[in-house]
Amino acid sequence: MNLEEIVTQLQLKRLTNEKDFSQIYAEGGYASDLLSCVMAGAPHHGIWVTLQCHMNVIAVAQLLELSGVIITEGAMPDEATIARANDENINLLLSSENTFTIVGKLWELGIRN
Amino acid sequence: MDDKTSVKAIISDAAAEDITRIEELAYELKIREVMTTQAHTIRLDTKMADVLELMRTQKISGAPVMDQDRVVGIVSTENLIQCLVDQDLESEVNKYMSSNILFARASDPVVEALKLFVNTKVGRLPVIEDNKLVGIITKGDITRGVLKALQRDYKTEELRRYRASHLFEDIESDRTSVILRYIIKPRDFVHGGTASSNIKKALQRLGGTPQITRKVSIAIYEAEMNLVIHTTNGGTIRVEIEPHIISIDAFDDGPGIEDVELALKPGWSTATDEIREMGFGAGMGLVNISRCVDSMKLESSPEIGTRLKMKINLDDGDQGINSDATKK
Repeated sequence: MNLEEIVTQLQLKRLTNEKDFSQIYAEGGYASDLLSCVMAGAPHHGIWVTLQCHMNVIAVAQLLELSGVIITEGAMPDEATIARANDENINLLLSSENTFTIVGKLWELGIRN
Repeated sequence: MDDKTSVKAIISDAAAEDITRIEELAYELKIREVMTTQAHTIRLDTKMADVLELMRTQKISGAPVMDQDRVVGIVSTENLIQCLVDQDLESEVNKYMSSNILFARASDPVVEALKLFVNTKVGRLPVIEDNKLVGIITKGDITRGVLKALQRDYKTEELRRYRASHLFEDIESDRTSVILRYIIKPRDFVHGGTASSNIKKALQRLGGTPQITRKVSIAIYEAEMNLVIHTTNGGTIRVEIEPHIISIDAFDDGPGIEDVELALKPGWSTATDEIREMGFGAGMGLVNISRCVDSMKLESSPEIGTRLKMKINLDDGDQGINSDATKK
């Protein structure tokens, strides 16, 4: 499933620079707010669902080469975090819904590990 | 001979190389790798009106028609147009579908499907494995698959060109290594992860495989965040890269770990609530490290501080840095 479809289906807001999301694929996913668990469990090129929105989220996403990060419950990262995401080519997406709902919808779309 | 020279005049060497690569890919790529797996199927008793609706809403131009779990036909836009001409949308699909079906095997190379596309008029082929339908393949799937594979090739080539692994080939010594040092500041969450990120990039340039790079990144990230979160004055990460082994040392000057054994227990953490709220302090850092490295040693005392030593072997399989040269 590509990021374009995910953004449309889940009505996500793009926080980082516009790019061609139809060419970026999410191969599996992971949900947790504990960074060490994400480091251990998130699949390469996966999509990560979290409530965390601080700078270190970008470091984790960059190290694991994640396709995207969905920040839930409308938690808005600060400008510096968004700028860092752009520098590191990390795709940040925002939803007003909670993690449970977002994961459920991703599962419905066929993103399963 | 004449033919060959004239072709050469038109096609540059680079272009010729590309064409050969695509031909190769047609043999290398398996149908399974490029086919669409979650293909829509249509039951034999479906009305053409419903077929029209499915094609319209799902934006597909054809689908296999199933009798139980057996493919008995293929219905395409062409069949649908005929049906519309006849103004016969109430008919069942078996009246309009093509029942003369060709199949592709999932384990066959893509070139087999290409041959069928070229030699027949069909636009899609049901893919079978052990007599069961496992997907659908179209010319579009093949184009996408080949493009993806070419992109992968390109990335590998880029990486090879820019990697600095020739260091190990060019410089003669009894023991060559590259040492990287990073100073980690305490409580600096803004730059936390920068050292791991830089080491990851360095390893990529040195030609580390994705698996090794990932392992090292995770281990160093955890060690780095431990220094950020727990130390009084920060600490240092020292990474020594040799052709067969990576040795990582993370050390600080305090306050030291009270109970080293307890610190290694999954879920144990001394992080404050404030730090936990940021998603740290899961008590999994050292556990993650031990999963990623081949050996680790944790020493700590309140007077001297903490020293975590980790080693990752690069000789398992074909995973070493600059493995071509070191194998000689």
